[in-house]
Amino acid sequence: MERKNKTTGKVAGIVANLVIVDVSGPVAQNEICFIHLAHERLMAEVIKVVGNHAYVQVFESTRGLKVGSHVEFEGHMLEVTLGPGILSRNYDGLQNDLDKMEGVFLTRGEYTDPLNREVKWAFKPIAQKGDKVTAGDWLGEVSENGMPHKIMVPFKMEGRYEINWVIEAGNYVVDEVIAKITDDEGNEFPLTMVQRWPVKMAIRAYKNKPRPFRLLETGVRCIDTLNPITEGGTGFIPGPFGTGKTVLQHAISKQAEADIVIIAACGERANEVVEIFTEFPELDDPRTGKKLIERTTIIANTSNMPVAAREASVYTAMTLAEYYRSMGLRILLMADSTSRWAQALREMSNRLEELPGPDAFPMDLSAVISNFYSRAGYVYLNNGSTGSITFIGTVSPAGGNLKEPVTESTRKAARCFYGLSQARADSKRYPAIDPIDSYSKYLEYPEVQESLEKNVGSEWLGDVLKAKDVLLRGKEAMEQINILGDDSVPLSFHDRYWKSELIDFVILQQDAFDKIDCSTPMKRQKYMLSSVLKVADSEFTFKGFEEVSGFFKEVINYFKQMNYSEFESEQFKAHEKALQAFLKERMN
Amino acid sequence: MESQAFQKIYTKLTNITKATVTLKATGVGYEEMAVVYGRLAQVVKIIGDQITLQIFSGTEGIPTNAEVTFLGRPPQLKVSDQLGGRFFNAFGDPIDGGPEIEGEVRDIGSPSVNPVRRRQPSQLIATGIAGIDLNNSLVSGQKIPFFADPDQPYNQVMANVALRAKADKIILGGMGLTNDDYLYFKKVFENAGALDRIISFVNTTENPPVERLLVPDMALTAAEYFAVDKNESVLVLLTDMTLFADALSIVSNRMDQIPSKDSMPGSLYSDLARIYEKAVQFPSGGSITIIAVTTLSGGDITHAIPDNTGYITEGQLFLRRDSDIGKVIVDPFRSLSRLKQLVIGKQTRKDHPQVMNAAVRLYADAANAKTKLENGFDLTDYDERTLDFARSYSDKLLAIDVNVDTETMLEIAWDLFGKHFSKAEVGVKQEFTDMYWKG
Ligand SMILES: Nc1ncnc2c1ncn2[C@@H]1O[C@H](COP(=O)(O)OP(=O)(O)OP(=O)(O)O)[C@@H](O)[C@H]1O
Ligand SMILES: [Mg+2]
Repeated sequence: MERKNKTTGKVAGIVANLVIVDVSGPVAQNEICFIHLAHERLMAEVIKVVGNHAYVQVFESTRGLKVGSHVEFEGHMLEVTLGPGILSRNYDGLQNDLDKMEGVFLTRGEYTDPLNREVKWAFKPIAQKGDKVTAGDWLGEVSENGMPHKIMVPFKMEGRYEINWVIEAGNYVVDEVIAKITDDEGNEFPLTMVQRWPVKMAIRAYKNKPRPFRLLETGVRCIDTLNPITEGGTGFIPGPFGTGKTVLQHAISKQAEADIVIIAACGERANEVVEIFTEFPELDDPRTGKKLIERTTIIANTSNMPVAAREASVYTAMTLAEYYRSMGLRILLMADSTSRWAQALREMSNRLEELPGPDAFPMDLSAVISNFYSRAGYVYLNNGSTGSITFIGTVSPAGGNLKEPVTESTRKAARCFYGLSQARADSKRYPAIDPIDSYSKYLEYPEVQESLEKNVGSEWLGDVLKAKDVLLRGKEAMEQINILGDDSVPLSFHDRYWKSELIDFVILQQDAFDKIDCSTPMKRQKYMLSSVLKVADSEFTFKGFEEVSGFFKEVINYFKQMNYSEFESEQFKAHEKALQAFLKERMN
Repeated sequence: MESQAFQKIYTKLTNITKATVTLKATGVGYEEMAVVYGRLAQVVKIIGDQITLQIFSGTEGIPTNAEVTFLGRPPQLKVSDQLGGRFFNAFGDPIDGGPEIEGEVRDIGSPSVNPVRRRQPSQLIATGIAGIDLNNSLVSGQKIPFFADPDQPYNQVMANVALRAKADKIILGGMGLTNDDYLYFKKVFENAGALDRIISFVNTTENPPVERLLVPDMALTAAEYFAVDKNESVLVLLTDMTLFADALSIVSNRMDQIPSKDSMPGSLYSDLARIYEKAVQFPSGGSITIIAVTTLSGGDITHAIPDNTGYITEGQLFLRRDSDIGKVIVDPFRSLSRLKQLVIGKQTRKDHPQVMNAAVRLYADAANAKTKLENGFDLTDYDERTLDFARSYSDKLLAIDVNVDTETMLEIAWDLFGKHFSKAEVGVKQEFTDMYWKG
């Protein structure tokens, strides 16, 4: 798309943030342009071309814009700037550094540099003169918040090159030329620590992408135990408003076993982003002891920010994740909420007067979503190292109805389904993940099963299936009790129901706001599951159904006190002992 | 009506619909205001030299040769301390017979706050209503609507909350307010001796519906003036946002846009979010808190208006008549304040979160018992006790006529626990039962 002379044009029509531009030269689909007003420039993206009319979506308010305004096309698509210094930053959907903006209110047309050009990084060469390299190969390394940040051959460089020169170890700014490479024809290319990449294109600088096979620990019991997600896996969390999507995502992003966490707040509340700004600098990363914010980057395009930039925000986040994956790191990418992104697509498609699909969403919605999810994954890089992007998106179904287009399209794309249930949220059974309807396809992968057996324990899979079975049988028993009445069913129905309640209260329910209960390491999950299953496997004799519920409520209460105590602490053991004593009385 | 010298007057409309007119004109800015046949209008579409204007009061009687002048500016409001105690229409013109406001002119619907410049809301707002303070505590800088059927006394509850909230300014944005409710607000504010703290922008049922679209932005522009320029805590009351959304759908319908769910425009989420997200805690101390009303039809919260609202706001307060006690209560199941965890157990007593959850869980058990009863099953002793508990809980804590402090609410809850249940049935952390259990 590179051109010698910039194409220019003039504004010919305005409908909200859709602007029609009369162009006087070549333009490309998705090309970026700037509309010039008296005092500011508004960034926009070409989304349709008809004759010499380019339809552009403006990433800002178009208030005051007039017909005839000058437009300049940039000759490239929407790009992000990649280099050291992205971690701990707060960007908007177009990767503007929000902290660099002046004033309390956002100013239209203010675009800020995502990187710091002054700070010096301690560069250590990895490659040397004479090495043959291709896009994505590591030239050197700097330490970004203690994380090895690889400086790579830019992804845009096609073909093979030979390294002519690499700068010696030392402290350099990002714009310093740190290596020179030549192509077959002897053309030399100076490289800095900075490169750019168009967000809507996947970065493919890796050898291959196997099926994910290793568990990604999140500390959330009803995910890790019942429906685990894998490193490089994909999952989605649909749920009516207020059922706990954001709380769950925040919990995962605090606790998950990842090197880097990228959070895209896509069309949701600004206060939820503020919560991250406020809390993450205080919280420790349980694995490295450093502050959580040091491994986190936030893309904040909240619901009151321009709609077109909302669509861009998820792509910006994904591209940053791909960049870090190419360094051999494990990335956890969160998007809240992908429905807002789909709605942004809908708003634009309606303004373009395209033929609408179901619920007025664009016809290609499903393809757009699948394409996006496919960018996640576990990869082997060209040098044999591995990297991963685990992606979890939330979905906000209209009216809480899971039969709507965004949920249905996402179901086809994501491999884990964590459906939040209104009924569970209403009765404060958090996290409100429905234990029966939710699934992880990864549990069926032989390579995942093998890895679980090796890393968690040989009896683990059996225990998990047993727990699922108890839950299902409990649900069936409850339905029967509800239909027939407490005393018209055999006592065993009550026993079955309460055993599922036991698993529900002790394993599934988890208090995200309790210091200890919020995160459960795998070792503890294993211990608790086997303890609970021991009770579920036992036979008790009861005189009547009221005794069943009374008994199990006591048992649940002991287990809950254990959940609130530090694992294997005195307190934990005391509660456990009391539980054993109580059980012994009843055991036969 | 304002006018400027050297203004060009157009007199040839090429197209008239129920809400819009189109004419040929040049040099016009998007969203610019205009006067058409003496009525205020705004530019909503420009294609070449064809300008489409939305007429706020409708196009009835407008002839094709009507005079059109463009004002060269977006909708604006004059802000100053003189706003205090005054009543305005949707255009910001006084309707109380008082003088015009002198002050700085501000564009309404201005840009949003940079998220990194926000502060986390942290100040508890006490209302005395336990259905709110105990179960769904409000925090300044929050945005939260009442969900209520049209026959619920939501405006009364909202007025109570507003007056008890200790805000520096209360700004009422009334949309499609009945004249009776308008007079009601006027009277309670006057009786409370609070009139000088209160500013009202009112569109009543007697005014054209499309005018309502300006009300939230007017109210919030005034709110930003007091919160940013004067560092005040401002409470904005928006009632009824369902009627606001209805006006949005009228406009988009008449502009031939493809409707999405429930014939609402596809942009409903963004349109509402733009308003609600104005709620903010500023770094310099000022804040804007938004309490709104979203009326439901037959309690249906899956309708596009409450549904989109719920996805935007930080919770909702659901009003419902409890036929067992004959009072209106704040329903603990469907109500939620998402910011409550920032303050409960921190600015209130430590046992607050656990007591709140335990009570709601037991109330849920009562609901199950009730279903059993309705289906003709025998109740267990536990069922009977939950039902007893639920009746007292509803009467002493959930009803909207409760007015006590939070500590008393907690004590009442412990009383009820001790009276109806065992410790294991309540299931609260032992640390708290040790301290507060009333056996
Ligand atoms: N694990 C949890 N533990 C305790 N409370 C929870 C938990 N999850 C959710 N909640 C409660 O539910 C409220 C709503 O949760 P959250 O904001 O995550 O909902 P959401 O699904 O993201 O809603 P929306 O779609 O409107 O954004 C929280 O403010 C909190 O009070
Ligand atoms: Mg959320």
